[in-house]
Amino acid sequence: MKVLEGLYYSKDHEWVKVEGDKVYIGITDYAQHSLGNIVYVELPEVGSELSAGDVLGVVESVKAASDVYTPVDIKVLEVNNSLVEDPSLINNDPYGSWMVIAELKDKSQLDKLMKADEYRKFLEEE
Amino acid sequence: MDNLKKTPLYEIYPKYNAKIIDFAGWAMPVQFESIISEHEAVRNAAGLFDVSHMGEIIVKGKDAFPFLQNLLTNDLSKLNDNQVLYTFMCNHNGGAIDDLLVYKYSNNYYLLVVNAANIEKDYKWMLNNAGIYKVEIENVSDKIAELAIQGPKAEEILQKLTDEDLSQIKFFYFKDKVKIAGVECLVSRTGYTGEDGFEIYMPNEHAVTLWEKILEAGKDYGLKPAGLGARDTLRFEAGLPLYGNELGEDITPLEAGLGFFVKFDKGNFIGKDALLKQKEQGLKRKLVGFEMIDNGIPRHGYEVHADNQKIGYVTTGYFSPTLKKNIGLALIDSKYAQIGNQIEVIIRNKPLKAVIVDKNFYKKNYKK
Repeated sequence: MKVLEGLYYSKDHEWVKVEGDKVYIGITDYAQHSLGNIVYVELPEVGSELSAGDVLGVVESVKAASDVYTPVDIKVLEVNNSLVEDPSLINNDPYGSWMVIAELKDKSQLDKLMKADEYRKFLEEE
Repeated sequence: MDNLKKTPLYEIYPKYNAKIIDFAGWAMPVQFESIISEHEAVRNAAGLFDVSHMGEIIVKGKDAFPFLQNLLTNDLSKLNDNQVLYTFMCNHNGGAIDDLLVYKYSNNYYLLVVNAANIEKDYKWMLNNAGIYKVEIENVSDKIAELAIQGPKAEEILQKLTDEDLSQIKFFYFKDKVKIAGVECLVSRTGYTGEDGFEIYMPNEHAVTLWEKILEAGKDYGLKPAGLGARDTLRFEAGLPLYGNELGEDITPLEAGLGFFVKFDKGNFIGKDALLKQKEQGLKRKLVGFEMIDNGIPRHGYEVHADNQKIGYVTTGYFSPTLKKNIGLALIDSKYAQIGNQIEVIIRNKPLKAVIVDKNFYKKNYKK
């Protein structure tokens, strides 16, 4: 399973990429692989303010629907509508398929997330 | 997975990257490569399924015919030797105890193929209803493995492994003791995908050999190992019911729109009075097909609303890999069941619009 350096990871298998005050959030390679073919994506409204642990969106595989959570407090600035039109993009390129670009409210929350090597270890135990 | 039952193929699943799930107490592959690619393989070429979890019950003896004629809803009197019949076994309220296939060897020897989750229940029901009939009922489920090869290329692939002329086995007929790759098998032209294909029964110890030989024979034809995930999306598109979703002890075959397999004119059978009464009084609910208008995937158990009230629930729903649409089956109040009617499916607390359509979403591609 691919794990990229430089990203932050949650136990629910979301990734967070930081760029200045902004973050990109998506689901990991492990997550897309566990789900199988993704056939539906639901994203939040632009402007919505979400706390860490809130539902960010929904991804559905052929078999089941799964919630995606934001690992950090955010205000949504942009959503990736191309995923809604073609959900299989997440299967093909999970780290390129950001679901939202958002304003990061509290940088210190990143310390609670895993770095790449920690996430790799976490996956070995899953 | 340790406490689950396993088919003879369990040991070789890792070789094919199977993803294993608990299905009715069995450790079964839900997918190998991906549900959609396996689904497409079956529609366009062929897929090979391990369905060894299915149950097999033999009924033999002098009274086998009258016993089964009383036990089952379909009419066995018109069945030829070597023919297969789809039927229900109902309780006294007309609810379905199971849906099953009957393989007729002769008037005093039949093989019943039943759902994995219902084997024990069916067997007990049969014993309890044997009464005065002179029959022997034997549950041979643990000794028999079953593979299904399904898809437009199924016959061509299987033919490579046998001298038997498979084109002579017609739709819903079978032949026993057919040698496939040297193994004696029971072969029927039946399936659960809406495509042409065969179901193959053999003693457990030959299952691995046969699985590998068939995959080898099909490798230039696009044959893929296929899991229960694709099996469900395939049967669903073809409008075939799944016990536990479209059928159950609380859902009658008439409500499920399967009255064709209930023959009121054949004489008495268990459940007849209740079913006849339901038919005469008119059905209060019906199974319908629907297509989402709003964007969302309907799932088993979701509520269906109309006129601001609950009118039923989704029995099965999917993003259809063949039609590329979000579609479903629902059991709803008959008042709303007309094709073209608009309904609402409640998805994550939101009412999303859908329209009733013909439930045979995909036109079956049988070779008759």
